[in-house]
Amino acid sequence: MTDQKTPLRARLGRAGRDPNAGRLAGPGQLRTTDLGVESTSGDGLSLADYAIAHGLRPSAERPSIPAYLRQLWRRVHFILAFATARNIAMYTEAKLGQLWQVLTPLLNAGVYWLIFGKLLDINRGIPNYLGFVVTGVFVFNFTQRAFISTSTVMTDSLELIRALHFPRAALPLAYVMIEFQQMLLSMVVLIPILLFTHEPLTWYWLLAIPALLLQTIFNVGVGLLAARLGAQVNDFSQLLPFLMRTWLYASGVLFSIQTLGHTVNSKIVALLEVNPAALYITLVRNALMSSQRESAPGTKPYNALRCAQWHTLGHAPGQPQKYQLYSAYCHYTGANPAHFWYYAIGWAVVSIIVGFYFFWRAETRYGRG
Amino acid sequence: MAEPMVVVDDLHVVYRVYGRGGDRGTAASSLFRLVRRRRRASIREVHAIRGMSFVAYRGDAIGVVGRNGSGKSTLLRAIAGLLPAEQGNVYTAGEAALLGVNAALLNDLTGERNVVLGCLAMGMSREETANAYPGIVEFSGVGDFIDLPMKTYSSGMGSRLRFAIAAARAQDILLVDEALATGDAEFRVKSHARIQELQESAGTVFLVAHNLEEVELTCNRVIWMERGQIVKEGEDVVGIIDEYIAASGGAPVLRDPVTRRRMKAQVAAPIKA
Repeated sequence: MTDQKTPLRARLGRAGRDPNAGRLAGPGQLRTTDLGVESTSGDGLSLADYAIAHGLRPSAERPSIPAYLRQLWRRVHFILAFATARNIAMYTEAKLGQLWQVLTPLLNAGVYWLIFGKLLDINRGIPNYLGFVVTGVFVFNFTQRAFISTSTVMTDSLELIRALHFPRAALPLAYVMIEFQQMLLSMVVLIPILLFTHEPLTWYWLLAIPALLLQTIFNVGVGLLAARLGAQVNDFSQLLPFLMRTWLYASGVLFSIQTLGHTVNSKIVALLEVNPAALYITLVRNALMSSQRESAPGTKPYNALRCAQWHTLGHAPGQPQKYQLYSAYCHYTGANPAHFWYYAIGWAVVSIIVGFYFFWRAETRYGRG
Repeated sequence: MAEPMVVVDDLHVVYRVYGRGGDRGTAASSLFRLVRRRRRASIREVHAIRGMSFVAYRGDAIGVVGRNGSGKSTLLRAIAGLLPAEQGNVYTAGEAALLGVNAALLNDLTGERNVVLGCLAMGMSREETANAYPGIVEFSGVGDFIDLPMKTYSSGMGSRLRFAIAAARAQDILLVDEALATGDAEFRVKSHARIQELQESAGTVFLVAHNLEEVELTCNRVIWMERGQIVKEGEDVVGIIDEYIAASGGAPVLRDPVTRRRMKAQVAAPIKA
């Protein structure tokens, strides 16, 4: 990487900021006789001055952020069409075709049902453990897939980038669109699973919509970040599987971070809780699963006996579900659950601003490959 | 007064190529390199363009000729703004579209979708795309294949469709990198006509081709490159091409006047995209 930095800086220094930077003796000097330039330009005028005087722009110049956003907005149909086209292409070779969009989450849920519902009788002190895991996996998959697919989008579309001019951010945006659509379908699969596991249908369910929208904004930012990293750092794709696996385990997909407090330092619990993936998962779980809302530690006045019962009977197999709900009588240990929505908004805003800026900085370099 | 469209000012382009060899390619040697903070031994710098300067004007069709590896394609990519310059700069009026041999759009999608996506990506609205669609398909001449994935196309058909898409919008600057090399005789005549149209309707066209006859027919200027530098440049297309042929020891261009006249006549005939 370090080897590439010097010429880039040299290039950026000349790219329009200082019109005289290109003035050089010798070859840069305009030789009017060779070039057939009319005499108005005069002798000694550098080619750079001549170009600027005629309103020409450096070809590898990056547009300003407002101009870039405008260009991007004009490509909104392209982004949608590109997402649809990719979605279609993804399944053209499969016999079942688009059906896989629904089958994939369904099979995923099936695997967890088989393992956690039938083979292993564990609940980790969580009421409706199957619903808990499936919701977590589906929400986490949205971010994970957005991250992984955008990390290859620039190299996958190199020919398109080299052939046509368009704001390159359209490509990762389209990929996140695809994952958004995929996420909606997995939510369609999730709803009957939750109803089937005795979660009541309530107005709280509507809260899943803002939670998932915030997650989508977060994913766009992350996708832009991953797109540039994937395009410029080849080591990134080697590292990504480990990153994602660590993130999966740190985000409480298979266990509840909120009830870790009795074994883990409360500062670490708070850190795990406010990591974006865990936040969006928790918010969606709290929206869709009344068992989660009711069992969150700190939601009921502290009761030492019931909290102790949760620690023992709540974790034991074969006990009634009411003991698993007793975690509500324990103190909450990590971050304050009342602030989760603010953290979720904060992450979305930070992610999209940082991701966009980071991607835009390298706008002219994506065609290099 | 002629209006400049492309100004190339003392352009230098350097490629950094990884994997030259010489690295033993083991984990231990990589670690050793990192610990010693040494540059990767396998990086090699290729100075592809060494100080080129020229100006292209509105309405120019410039043929770029030279041996393989003389930097022709690199020059076009630098003009298109896809390669950063090591030194110097390229200035353009408007956007430059590059048409290369292997600039496939999306191979696993149908030709139809490629046309729509290509138009939208170039910034056309949905309406404009719908209006341009029949013309593009007709011009490309791929016929019934339009609803098959592009990977099933012959290389000629693919390049015809790509050319048709890129030429659908009046590009300010069209860079054609041997994109016409795989087309058949009929398509060549059509693409000549389209290039001339673009030239007349305000554009500037750069044409890299090893078919010198094509350059002679299409271009009003020619740049002869060797090892990343201009050997000769000017409007005496036939003269420079003859010199280039003499220097590279190739067979002279057959300038059969009857064929020439027939092609010129066909080019002049109005074939609309």
